Amino acid sequence: MRILKLIAASAVIALGAAGGTVSADEPLKVGFIYVGPTGDHGWNYQHDKGRKLVEETFGDAVEVSFVESVPEGPDSERVMTQMALSGHDLIFTTSFGYMDPTINVASKFPDVTFEHCTGYKRADNVATFNARFYEGRAVIGHIAGHVTESNVIGYIATFPIPEVVRGINSAYLAAKKVNPDVEFKVIWVYTWFDPPIEADAAKALIEQGADVIMQHVDSTAAMLVAEEHGVWAFGQASDMSEFGPNSHIASIVNNWAPYYVERVQAVMDGTWSNSDTWEGLSTNMVEISEITDRIPADVKASAQAVRDAIADGSLHPFTGPINRQDGTAWLAEGETASDGDLLGLSFYVEGIDEDFPQ
Amino acid sequence: MNELGSISPELLVASVMVASTPILLAGLGELVVEKAGVLNLGVEGLMIIGAVCGFAMSVITGSVLAGVLAALVGGALLGLVFAVLTQYLLSNQVATGLATTLFGLGLASLIGKPFIGVRPPEMPRLRVEFLSDLPFIGHVLFSHDPVLYLSLGMTLLIWYFLRHTKKGLILRAVGENHDAAHSIGYKVRQTRILAIMFGGAMAGLGGCYLSLVRVPQWTEGMTAGAGWIALALVVFSSWRPLRVLLGAWLFGGVTVLQLNLQAAGVGIGVAYLSVAPYVVTIIVLVLISANRSQRLLNAPACLGRSYYISS
Repeated sequence: MRILKLIAASAVIALGAAGGTVSADEPLKVGFIYVGPTGDHGWNYQHDKGRKLVEETFGDAVEVSFVESVPEGPDSERVMTQMALSGHDLIFTTSFGYMDPTINVASKFPDVTFEHCTGYKRADNVATFNARFYEGRAVIGHIAGHVTESNVIGYIATFPIPEVVRGINSAYLAAKKVNPDVEFKVIWVYTWFDPPIEADAAKALIEQGADVIMQHVDSTAAMLVAEEHGVWAFGQASDMSEFGPNSHIASIVNNWAPYYVERVQAVMDGTWSNSDTWEGLSTNMVEISEITDRIPADVKASAQAVRDAIADGSLHPFTGPINRQDGTAWLAEGETASDGDLLGLSFYVEGIDEDFPQ
Repeated sequence: MNELGSISPELLVASVMVASTPILLAGLGELVVEKAGVLNLGVEGLMIIGAVCGFAMSVITGSVLAGVLAALVGGALLGLVFAVLTQYLLSNQVATGLATTLFGLGLASLIGKPFIGVRPPEMPRLRVEFLSDLPFIGHVLFSHDPVLYLSLGMTLLIWYFLRHTKKGLILRAVGENHDAAHSIGYKVRQTRILAIMFGGAMAGLGGCYLSLVRVPQWTEGMTAGAGWIALALVVFSSWRPLRVLLGAWLFGGVTVLQLNLQAAGVGIGVAYLSVAPYVVTIIVLVLISANRSQRLLNAPACLGRSYYISS
């Protein structure tokens, strides 16, 4: 029995070692780990679209697997270890909370390549990638500022991490620019995916006067509630227009697929490096879905102009003068926020009348 | 405190009632199951099966009533699977319950695939001339859907059944001491199977309330832990139906209230508020395990113990 175990263990080690040099006839094993179900029509749905494109593009040259609804934390570490042990060469871990587990597992499997989405820790075999969602948020903030009649915009936020805080600030600044009276109400739900809570949050915001709903959560529940109550809403991560035939204005769409194909190719070619990718509207990693014609034509046109200006670099969503919520200066006149500032953003900008969650 | 001015009490109370209905239904069902001496940890799986069956059937037939019936049947059938495994094959109840949850989640995803992104027919709401227009009371009492009223009725009915009927007494006897119940001729296994199926149907009903009323949409994994809250609710209520109702309003109320407080800009204490029901549940659990005479807290003595006829 002990000998059998030894043989099994050495086989596993051999498999792991073989991972670094992929021979042409062996398919590259690619794994994906998702934080929610692939059917959420939001965040995970878009990542899974990327997985499908990888499968389509490479056919028999890859062997693709995925695990969905993996909680952040120790569970994810187990799933990653399992994937590494079962001979995966490249593993995409697609939620912020997978950051430390990814680094931990990567250090144990130096021959397996990891790609972590939205984190900031890298290693020799761990690259990171993220999208500049805040660029999309500036566009929808611009529209929201125009279309709101109550001047109250409801925002369903997830966790107080820079990613989410950037989105709120960016949307607020853009809305404020076109409508000085605009007010943001923010609800933190402390989950990425919980449709009933998301629906309740949307309802609470609407009952308290919000007539435009923005969300950072993954499901389409808020969109449905907005539709039911006849208020505007923006989709998140994926095109949610079919869920709000009257309410949906536009969605911020995360387009990971081309990146995934590129990275799989790089591993195959041996040109992969532990890069840090952060792309936005300019490379279409973030897209704005078709803006509805139910909003005034001039608003639609100006929103598209904002989109194009951000894409070609002539407009930065965080351009000074911007003060922090407490009134202290952050960006001077004409100054734009550095990536470092944005990556660590953990305060509201001036004008958001909400307590920042501690 | 004028920040609170934007919270409308009547809308808040109405929202709390809607938010607590799924866990109330599932909790009541599980209470009956546990009163019969069976611990079914599969509530989450039963709920999501109800959610998907109810959603699918109401979309296919265009009738909400058919959807609700499908949810009841779906929940009861999955309950039956659990019942056969635990009552005939004498599998471990805890493990089987967990397996039921996993199986339910997977099966629901499978059934639900064609229904992602579909809109269900709307659940009709009560509208009584005059009464529904009354300030406050009209919105709180006379503006809901039939399932919500049914859940309140079921609370009373289950309380009456367990407390004041012979069948209820038999069910409790089975849960307290299955050997004694058997020795005086009551059918332990049959009672338990019926209780489990009833619990399944109730959880299914709670699940379809999520997919047909509260969200209303089918999304994979949409119960998102409601089944576990329902389980906690039964312990929290120390196995009393009316306290399940109170507990459901507390759990649902705290959730909705903290969201409303946040929207109103009151940020302080929100985290504590949302954690409160769980803390109370843990305290109740500690009390139960610390107190040797469980009778005081009403826990069925044979809870979770398998029963088989030795002769």
